[in-house]
Amino acid sequence: MDIRTALLDKYGARVYKNRKDHILTVPSDGSMPVVGANSRSLPGIMTERGCCYAGCKGVVVGPIKDVVTITHGPIGCGYYTWGTRRNKARPSIEGQRQENMPMLNQYMFSTDMQEPNIVFGGEKKLRKACEEAIEIFHPKAIFICATCPVGLIGDDIHAVAASIEEDYNVTCVAFSCEGYKGVSQSAGHHIANNQIMRHIIGSGSRPLPTPFTVNILGEYNIGGDGFYEEALLARCGIHVRSAFTGNASIEEIASAHQANLNLVMCHRSINYIADMLKTRYGTDWLKVNFIGIEATKKSLRDIANYFGDQELLDQVEAVIAEEEARYAEDFAYYRSKLSGKTAGLYVGGSRSHHYQLLLKDFGVSTVLAGYEFAHRDDYEGREVIPSIKLDADGKNIETITVQPDPAQFRTYLTPEGAQRLKETHPEIELNDYKGMIVDMEAGALVDDDMNQYETEELMRLVKPDIFFTGIKDKYVVQKGGTLCRQLHSYDYSGPYSCFQGAANFARDLVASLYTPVWGMIRVPWKSRPAILAHTAVGGED
Amino acid sequence: MLDATPKTQIKREALRINSCKTCQPVGALYAALGVHRCMPYSNGSQGCVAYHRTVLTRHYKDPMMAVSSSFTEGASVFGGKSNLTTGVKNVFDIYQPDIIAVHTTCLSEVIGDDLKAFIQDLDIPEGKYVVHCNTPSFKGSHINGYASMMGGFINYLSQKTGQSNGKLAVFPAWSEPSDLRLLKSYLEQMGIAYTLFPDQSGVVDAPMTDHFEYFPKGGTTIEEIRGLGDCTQVLGLGEWTIPEPCAALEKKCATPSTILPYPIGIQNTDRLLMTLTDLTGKPVPYAIEEERGQLIDLILDQHIWTSQKSCAIFGDPDFILGVTSLVLEMGMFPKYVLTGTPGHAFPKMCQALFEAYGVEDQCQAFEFDDLFDLHQFIKNDPVDLLIGTNYGKQIALAEGIPFVRAGWPVLDRYGHYLWPNIGYRGAMRFVERISGAIMDHVDAVCPDEDFDVVM
Repeated sequence: MDIRTALLDKYGARVYKNRKDHILTVPSDGSMPVVGANSRSLPGIMTERGCCYAGCKGVVVGPIKDVVTITHGPIGCGYYTWGTRRNKARPSIEGQRQENMPMLNQYMFSTDMQEPNIVFGGEKKLRKACEEAIEIFHPKAIFICATCPVGLIGDDIHAVAASIEEDYNVTCVAFSCEGYKGVSQSAGHHIANNQIMRHIIGSGSRPLPTPFTVNILGEYNIGGDGFYEEALLARCGIHVRSAFTGNASIEEIASAHQANLNLVMCHRSINYIADMLKTRYGTDWLKVNFIGIEATKKSLRDIANYFGDQELLDQVEAVIAEEEARYAEDFAYYRSKLSGKTAGLYVGGSRSHHYQLLLKDFGVSTVLAGYEFAHRDDYEGREVIPSIKLDADGKNIETITVQPDPAQFRTYLTPEGAQRLKETHPEIELNDYKGMIVDMEAGALVDDDMNQYETEELMRLVKPDIFFTGIKDKYVVQKGGTLCRQLHSYDYSGPYSCFQGAANFARDLVASLYTPVWGMIRVPWKSRPAILAHTAVGGED
Repeated sequence: MLDATPKTQIKREALRINSCKTCQPVGALYAALGVHRCMPYSNGSQGCVAYHRTVLTRHYKDPMMAVSSSFTEGASVFGGKSNLTTGVKNVFDIYQPDIIAVHTTCLSEVIGDDLKAFIQDLDIPEGKYVVHCNTPSFKGSHINGYASMMGGFINYLSQKTGQSNGKLAVFPAWSEPSDLRLLKSYLEQMGIAYTLFPDQSGVVDAPMTDHFEYFPKGGTTIEEIRGLGDCTQVLGLGEWTIPEPCAALEKKCATPSTILPYPIGIQNTDRLLMTLTDLTGKPVPYAIEEERGQLIDLILDQHIWTSQKSCAIFGDPDFILGVTSLVLEMGMFPKYVLTGTPGHAFPKMCQALFEAYGVEDQCQAFEFDDLFDLHQFIKNDPVDLLIGTNYGKQIALAEGIPFVRAGWPVLDRYGHYLWPNIGYRGAMRFVERISGAIMDHVDAVCPDEDFDVVM
């Protein structure tokens, strides 16, 4: 029985029918399989997925540092997203320190709805909460994130936001990201993207310090990844206007449309904004990946080639040479410790792809990978988007269309420049993403929405040396005797991006793999020859 | 850290900032983990249970098994019966627990899912059980959810046969597995036959064996819960949390109960042990008496560092009532004692403690409050020490005050769940950590000429 069959074997007919499309082997003939992604998880199956609110507030909106983000609902949802995603932030705008910036991402704000608010409606309480936030913090903006009961009782959070904006002259945006919408966090990303596009982007203006100014979309600065990226890009002569949304200030996001290129890190959570920025402002986007040594080099070169400036190209090469020389000894050492190992990856919507490349740098091959909340395009590439059929859950998530803004529409590359780039650098994925599977080895296993049972079984069947996942399944894997490291929180380490991050990652991996206690799990007296125990001092005989 | 918190307080009516409580379902889930071979089940969208498993795993550093009905928009409109029915079937098929403990969410409460009726209509495999409780997140806190789930098990399972089983039932308020182990060791040292319900020890602190099990050894068995109605008596530990499950059992099986404060501190532990003797006739063994003597000895030895010092304590009602009692015994002033859980009984219970030590003028208690308020209190009138969950470290850092982690959750340290808080041993650990935190702070901030290598 092959692994896929063995895995599905325990399921009854209905579960089998649902799960079989999510699990597949990468074909050896180079063909692209179809992954049954972004569909409902079955009730009672221990999925690791979260909800729409988690994707909107927890992922995209929450990290913005100088905004009061109020969770409108009972207390739990706000509480669980309080400082729990390691989105690092410092008081700065575009790298310039701001002494008086209120770091509001350290706080948790909620309307803590009580029964009367459910029975009689929560709009009054929400409005009052916004007023209190204004009185205490004088924020530049207030965001309101809805939880399950809000949509059900019919609170009009958008009307409250509009009235606050009018009465207090403060930006106020509501997000209808009730937990039950969609099938995973992914719906929340989309809702957050829509509202940020509608209400924030384009409302500000800041001078561009250099034409080589970019946004890093889908960089949430977990563990400080964005800090490394910004610093590395700065050394090359590339300026970061804003990151979406790690370490982001509202002012940066508001003027993000002025950048000349958008870099996309997490394709899943932010591709809507990348697309809409292209349509409304003409800005091209480039799928980059700063996780991995080779991936970082390619990303830097792609950016420099996009801008086509010789000085920039030279500087990028100089920085790459400098960084490789700096870490050569470290990388060689870590490669000697890690080469030949195998890994499994089950993370959100990009990391399962990105980290395969980093692992490859150290000679670790990925034998199993899956996404928690990806869509087919994250697996198979964007060319499948037109053929994706929306189901009932997908149709409930609003898709907005934007129009070109004639006053501000400009593309850095002329049509001729774009054509030239295509010819000279066909490897550059401009406004495109080819998905995870093209980078996977034939025979590797793909498991979408991998649930607890499948994770545990796969550890037994595939036996990777290392499994990377999140906190909920970490200890299931560890208790079974396989090293498991969290790739959502980096096990409280990081940054893992760029060259230094690669060294940090390998250091952590070596520390985990070679920690001596792995060799002490077996109870020694259980495997001791009986005769020895028998004759020991104090023994019965 | 927390630089945006102003010193001046305004009265807030609507905005909760830096909560000191979370929602009911996570308490129900934790209570259900204290039942052997039980799968906690959240009837709602899948985000709730993802958060609950996450926060519990981050505290206990162990896998937390629980599932949800994975409501989508359709279920939210048409009701959750079909999702529950499919979900329960899938759980029994795949994970094979002996019992499923369903709790509600704000979603299923608002749409009015009738769990009792849904469960009656389920096709439950022979010898298996499904129980439920209601845990609306817009009332109470995680502590109410814990009590409510206890009541759910009792209502569905406990029976009175008329034949006493001669056992003492012990109902603890939300407890760490280490505390449950210590409680059981007291009962065993005294030779008392008991049923501890719930009992998460062995479930959330399972050993590393190279072999993962969905349902580890620990937990109160279904048989034991069924037998609660035949116990001679219930001993409840936690005056805030435990009256509700005691009332449920009394109503169903007429089992009488005695409820004591949660046994943190000298006198609360004294009362526990003396009550055990009163209820069973079994004397307190010398080994425990010796521990008491060691504790008093320790407090006396280190009192110069803690006596007359002030502190702020926050967390869950029963736990912090115990801690308050202990710090008063150490001669400290619990200047602010604050819980996020709503209920007027809490400040009254604190007031009684303050009065017993004649410190009612220096100390205040707050219910249904938050850490933003606590921080502002401290800004206006500082304390020497802060005791509470991991979120207290923001305030401690901002104000430069020593900090002792205690209660639930503690998401930023390892191993705390292995060491007791209750009993004399637990108090010893508290005293060591409290004096240690204060003394570390003295070392950290003093100029070199004042630095003592002997203290």
